[in-house]
Amino acid sequence: MEPRLLLVHFLRENAGLTGTHIGCETSLCGACTVLLDGRAVKSCTVLAVQADGRSVTTVEGLAQGDQLHAIQEGFWEEHGLQCGFCTPGMIMCSHDLLANNATPSDTEIREAINGNICRCTGYQNIVGAVKSASRKMSKRVSARAGAR
Amino acid sequence: MARNGKANGKNNGKSSVWVGKKLKRKEDPRLIKGISHYTDDLKLAGMLYCAFVRSPHAHAKINAIRTDAARAVPGVVKVVTYDDLTGVGVVPCAMQMPDLKIPHHPLLAHGRVRYVGESVAAVVADDIYTARDAAELIEVDYDPLPVVVNMEKAIAKDSAIIHEDFKTNVAFTHVMKNGDVEKVFAKADRVVKQRMLNQRLAPVAMEPRAVIAEYLPGENRLTVWSSTQIPHLLRTQISVMVGLPETAVRVVTPEVGGGFGSKLNVYREEGIVPWLAMKLGKPVKWAELRRENFLATIHGRDTINDVELAVKKDGTILGLRVNVLADMGAYHQLLTPLIPQLTALMIAGCYKLPALEINIKGIFTNKMSTDAYRGAGRPEATYLIERIMDIAARELGMDSLQFRLKNFPQPKEFPFTTITGLRYDSAKYQEAAKRALQLSGYDALRRRQKTGWKNGKYYGVGVSTYVEICAIGPSAATPAGGWESGTVRIEPTGKVTVLTGASPHGQGEETTFAQLIADELGIDPDDVNVIHGDTLAVPYGIGTFGSRGTAVGGTAAFMATQKLKAKLKTLAGHLLGVKPQDVTIGRGKILAKGGKKSMSFGELVGAAYVARNIPPGFEPGLEATHFFEPSNFTFPFGTHVCSVEVDGETGEIKLERYVAVDDCGNVINPMIVEGQIHGGIAQGMGQAMWEEFVYNDDGQAVTGTLMDYAMPKAHLLPEFILDRTVTPSPSNPMGVKGVGEAGTIGSTPCIVNAVCDALSPLGVRHIDMPLKPERVWNAIRQAQSQEKIPAAVAAGKKPAHKAVRRGA
Repeated sequence: MEPRLLLVHFLRENAGLTGTHIGCETSLCGACTVLLDGRAVKSCTVLAVQADGRSVTTVEGLAQGDQLHAIQEGFWEEHGLQCGFCTPGMIMCSHDLLANNATPSDTEIREAINGNICRCTGYQNIVGAVKSASRKMSKRVSARAGAR
Repeated sequence: MARNGKANGKNNGKSSVWVGKKLKRKEDPRLIKGISHYTDDLKLAGMLYCAFVRSPHAHAKINAIRTDAARAVPGVVKVVTYDDLTGVGVVPCAMQMPDLKIPHHPLLAHGRVRYVGESVAAVVADDIYTARDAAELIEVDYDPLPVVVNMEKAIAKDSAIIHEDFKTNVAFTHVMKNGDVEKVFAKADRVVKQRMLNQRLAPVAMEPRAVIAEYLPGENRLTVWSSTQIPHLLRTQISVMVGLPETAVRVVTPEVGGGFGSKLNVYREEGIVPWLAMKLGKPVKWAELRRENFLATIHGRDTINDVELAVKKDGTILGLRVNVLADMGAYHQLLTPLIPQLTALMIAGCYKLPALEINIKGIFTNKMSTDAYRGAGRPEATYLIERIMDIAARELGMDSLQFRLKNFPQPKEFPFTTITGLRYDSAKYQEAAKRALQLSGYDALRRRQKTGWKNGKYYGVGVSTYVEICAIGPSAATPAGGWESGTVRIEPTGKVTVLTGASPHGQGEETTFAQLIADELGIDPDDVNVIHGDTLAVPYGIGTFGSRGTAVGGTAAFMATQKLKAKLKTLAGHLLGVKPQDVTIGRGKILAKGGKKSMSFGELVGAAYVARNIPPGFEPGLEATHFFEPSNFTFPFGTHVCSVEVDGETGEIKLERYVAVDDCGNVINPMIVEGQIHGGIAQGMGQAMWEEFVYNDDGQAVTGTLMDYAMPKAHLLPEFILDRTVTPSPSNPMGVKGVGEAGTIGSTPCIVNAVCDALSPLGVRHIDMPLKPERVWNAIRQAQSQEKIPAAVAAGKKPAHKAVRRGA
């Protein structure tokens, strides 16, 4: 592997995972956001070798078979996407947010996704999608707690 | 009225099951799982990668191009410059006008470069890293030439000329004059004048452009995958550019990640990448970098406008005079000269205007071409009329909304013929305005504003009432055909395939068209599969732009379905022993009059394919195509109201609340309609507040990255509060109008009106976009230094704001 190979190119070209998109090559648009050891990173400015021995999660890794992740469900139900190009990055960024703040306010969501650009939706339904996911995930957590 | 996602259950008087329902989109599962394919996601066996060398100069003579070092790089397969291009055409411009000058627009720079980012050479290599490395080794020897950036300087006598053959930088002139302009201006109580700039914007679709081409010589088939809004028009143009018969060319548009007009075009790369694939006998891919997207994908807007409105003191509008300088850039792209003409067509807005004169000059400059960007000429028109209306209302001492109401045509006057010769189909402007007034709490906002002004708080209320031209359009009024195709095929199993020429890029047609057809055939939208973006599968079509997808493309599919229904009824009548007119198509069931005899939808479909018992002359199979030619455009409208607070000390603007009441006729899926409006408002706000594509005096693009070009981001935008009125269009059987551009058209003037309104007591009359704090602050200072007496002070109130006087 070339030392200069970017993580996003490794994912797309070598691993065949094209769900992670390239929108700017300068870490400004967020379309290439993936999780590196659980934290959102913009994979267009991470070298593939920097991910050596670490865990990388892309949008393809969220759904369990036919069962969508709650964030994916949120985006579908709340019409949080139109052309869909920024969506994988938005979803991964939201994943990081919800892992650290299970019940974010509208303002917190807007702050959290402000490194991810969407040209289609005006963000309102993305905020709705993340809130919907937050509600579902909280419910599932409390259901699991209740079951114990 | 349908509101907030509730099904309306009725569409144009007909009961419906799916139309009007907030159905989740059929396209979404593949998109949210990341398993869909945009062009750059495709990888073909043996694929090569292309990179371009682009000009660092805005205007220069090319003396020599040295490519040896690039050719010597291991892995480089081919390097080409203009001299290597054989048998290729030019980048097309679809416009025809009497005095239009169309420059030679080669696929690579020929002897001269005329804008920063113009492609000079192409490199093809085994992988993209090698291609880009090699491109950096190409040396181009340039002689810089004087640069033409400013439009007013471009038409001065001593200006350098961009295309020497023309001996001028004026690309065209366009004049529209109706009514007795001189007379109304002479007798007007007041003539309100303002110069307004409509700044250059970059469309920034999140998916940059991408092209892949593969040529199979045995089959003589060239397949081109491209991120485009117009696959069929592109196919025709590729065949011309590379010299293949059109029957040998197939264009496929996989997922398209937004367009906003920027992909309603034919670009150099869409000619040269296919040509390279043909020469090399291997698939070639080019994926645009964002930097290239800023430099070499079309821009929008960029006009200088001098506007004069003649009014009577009672608030009656008498006439409008507008002079427009429109920046074409260095070359024409597909529709470059058309865009300012759309401004002329829509300049009257939603007002009764007795006299109009508009003069437009298209100007060549050393910049990337402008062309259609969301709204395409109409946001410019709406901005000019809505700003001058606001300025006039202030000068007349009238409430800005009341001034507008006074000049609206009444609902009974529709269809309403405008001074520009358009026939507005249907509207109730008053109703949308009234609802926006209520929803925004307009009166309370005005009261708060008055109190605020007394306390040095600058609250502003912005109003814009817009009408736009959609469903583009009747062919007589469009450069390349304004119709659309739709094919509906009921397959032997009863599943339905819809083929639409209106290739979408995020609009959700796979869902809305399925809702539409499902209702017509009494089936489930899940059983309707909408196919688009493959010229081999879909009959010739035009594309998705100009808010035409549903109103023209959807209508084509709807009309094709009517043909199929007639056929189904004929066959059902034959099988059930009744007349075709006594057959009704119910939910999954075909019923004879009286309800006694019936058969299932599946049985009837099977009978059409098995064809053992069919009436004489009945064609087996169930497929129908309709090419829908609209009789008129459609004219959606609405009222937007926003409230802002401006910091008089820093010029910072807080967007507080944004209310939009839009009327796009009947609605198929309210969720999708609201999404379109949200996105449109955000984009219009982007222009009003942040976005500006800047070339410096050397023609260098100083906003060529997302760090410098300020996009609307989540934390910057307020919540949008939407409502609708529903005035069906008589121009198509579904009564739909179009909604893709409404938000962008209504929101830009609404924001600027609000900010200028907030600062009116300080004597600020107009601020050009984008309303960056620095610009707002300067406008405040300038107004103050002119020693104007603020209205609040004149009224004997406390000085509006002390802080701003300090530096003045």
